[in-house]
Amino acid sequence: MLRLLLTRLSSTVIVIFGVISLVFLLIHLVPGDPVDVMLGENAQMADREALREALGLNRPIGQQLITYIGNLLQGDLGQSLHSRTSVSSMILERFPATLQLALVSLLVSCLIAFPLGIVAALNRGKAWDKVAMGVSLLGVSIPNFLLGPMLILLFSLSLGWLPVSGKSGFASMVLPAITLGTALAAVLSRMIRSTLLEVLNEDYIRTARAKGLSYIRVVIFHALPNAMLPIITLLGLQLGVLLGGAVITETVFSWPGIGKLTIDAITKRDYPVVQGCVLLISISYVIVNAFTDIIYGWIDPRIRQGDRS
Amino acid sequence: MRHFGWAGWILFVWIFVSIAGQLLPVDINQIHLPSILNAPDWQNWLGYDDLGRPVLGRLLAGSLTSLIVSFTVVTVSVVLGTILGTLSAYQGGMTDLIVVRVIDIFLAFPGILLAIALAGILGPGIDNVVIALSVVGWVGFARLARAQTLSLKHREHVLAAQALGTKKRKIILRHLIPLISAPLLIEATFGIAAVIIAEAGLSFLGLGVQAPDASWGSMIRDGARYMLVAPHLVIVPGLALMVVVLSVNLLGDRLRDVMDVKTNVQKGSH
Repeated sequence: MLRLLLTRLSSTVIVIFGVISLVFLLIHLVPGDPVDVMLGENAQMADREALREALGLNRPIGQQLITYIGNLLQGDLGQSLHSRTSVSSMILERFPATLQLALVSLLVSCLIAFPLGIVAALNRGKAWDKVAMGVSLLGVSIPNFLLGPMLILLFSLSLGWLPVSGKSGFASMVLPAITLGTALAAVLSRMIRSTLLEVLNEDYIRTARAKGLSYIRVVIFHALPNAMLPIITLLGLQLGVLLGGAVITETVFSWPGIGKLTIDAITKRDYPVVQGCVLLISISYVIVNAFTDIIYGWIDPRIRQGDRS
Repeated sequence: MRHFGWAGWILFVWIFVSIAGQLLPVDINQIHLPSILNAPDWQNWLGYDDLGRPVLGRLLAGSLTSLIVSFTVVTVSVVLGTILGTLSAYQGGMTDLIVVRVIDIFLAFPGILLAIALAGILGPGIDNVVIALSVVGWVGFARLARAQTLSLKHREHVLAAQALGTKKRKIILRHLIPLISAPLLIEATFGIAAVIIAEAGLSFLGLGVQAPDASWGSMIRDGARYMLVAPHLVIVPGLALMVVVLSVNLLGDRLRDVMDVKTNVQKGSH
């Protein structure tokens, strides 16, 4: 177990270092001179030099990277060009909203996916299976920037049940969470169906049935726990879809999270903020996945053993 | 075509209409002021948008945009990914280690986040969308090509070719790539669906195609403002997008069944 932990940890550190370098390089991809782009054509020479100095763009690139990482380790993500406040405090302020939305969406997607996947698996090849999988395919194919406006049209504008956008209490979270959760639910329900189908063919399921347990009891207490492992991995991986999709969903609903901050910063050409947001979202994704891997190994002894040999 | 049912037909119609639509005598930027936000009727099948432009014409132009972007991005990604993936798996050692790390790093950016950041930094425009999506797109193909090559490179026919002194380039081109092309083709089909959604997403965020050019994503964004008075502005491009993406995904499923490939192909996600 310790060895598994160490190998996962070291590869995670390497990936995080790579992500930091890539995000750092982003500012050098700005076409032309980033300082010109940020200040506009008519800026004073002295202002340009001051910004160049502040961003450290006048130093060699290797040295810039080292400074960047050094600052990162102290929690310093630089300063917003627009509001002159520190990027880390801006992000910290927005992070809870994104986290809240992600967790509720995860819950929503589980509430949709588990019944859908279970019904499909238990009725394999029958009409219910086709309906459930049709719904899931529809969910994969409907992008959140379409689902979001459609939900607003139906529930906010026509029926007037829920607020159009913004963040004000529980009601305002319903539509964004459904929008974000649907895509995940679609993928998740397919996975639940296929793993459950595999498990249902196992001998111990037949034994449980043979000793007279009810079908529902067997599915819930014998089949589902054994089907959970791949589902947990998928949940970790799909959290990325949630975090990435949050950028669009938050923009649709004006949800004051990191995704909206990213897009606002891109519009304002506030590159340090863009870098900070991208960095935070990807690093949280990497860490969640590392955790899922470790938990997976901890739950499933086969992985631990396989790792040791 | 017979194997692929209506999904294949829809795709055929999509490609045909995108190309043939450009030959129609419709000016997509022509403004009819009296018709602003007009709903669909018998003369104008899909109505007019907020500037009084015909929605049908803009839908067809947007259709061509997603066709061009998706095929360009997927072609670039497949070529780059396959070369890198097969080469690194075949070579092994340090090269492979580095390529795997690079793949891991690119996969660390969830969804289209990296594409959003790249498109945002490079500035709007269709060429930058293609660049941003290709930078993100090659990774999936490289990973798949690498995994497939690893499972094939110790097969007898490869060993025989090596024993005969065949050049590395020829082994990869003649003996490995033909065998891994089926899973790659399936992944490419799902890739088309993912890129269509991603392009529309970037354009929705205002990072993609710039006015007055049309994209389904920017049509949805512009239409969302007039949803109560003219819902057709969102519904028309949205439905087109959904039907095309759904058909591509169905085609991918069908291809996988027909070719009987067992891989971990991911669905077009967004």
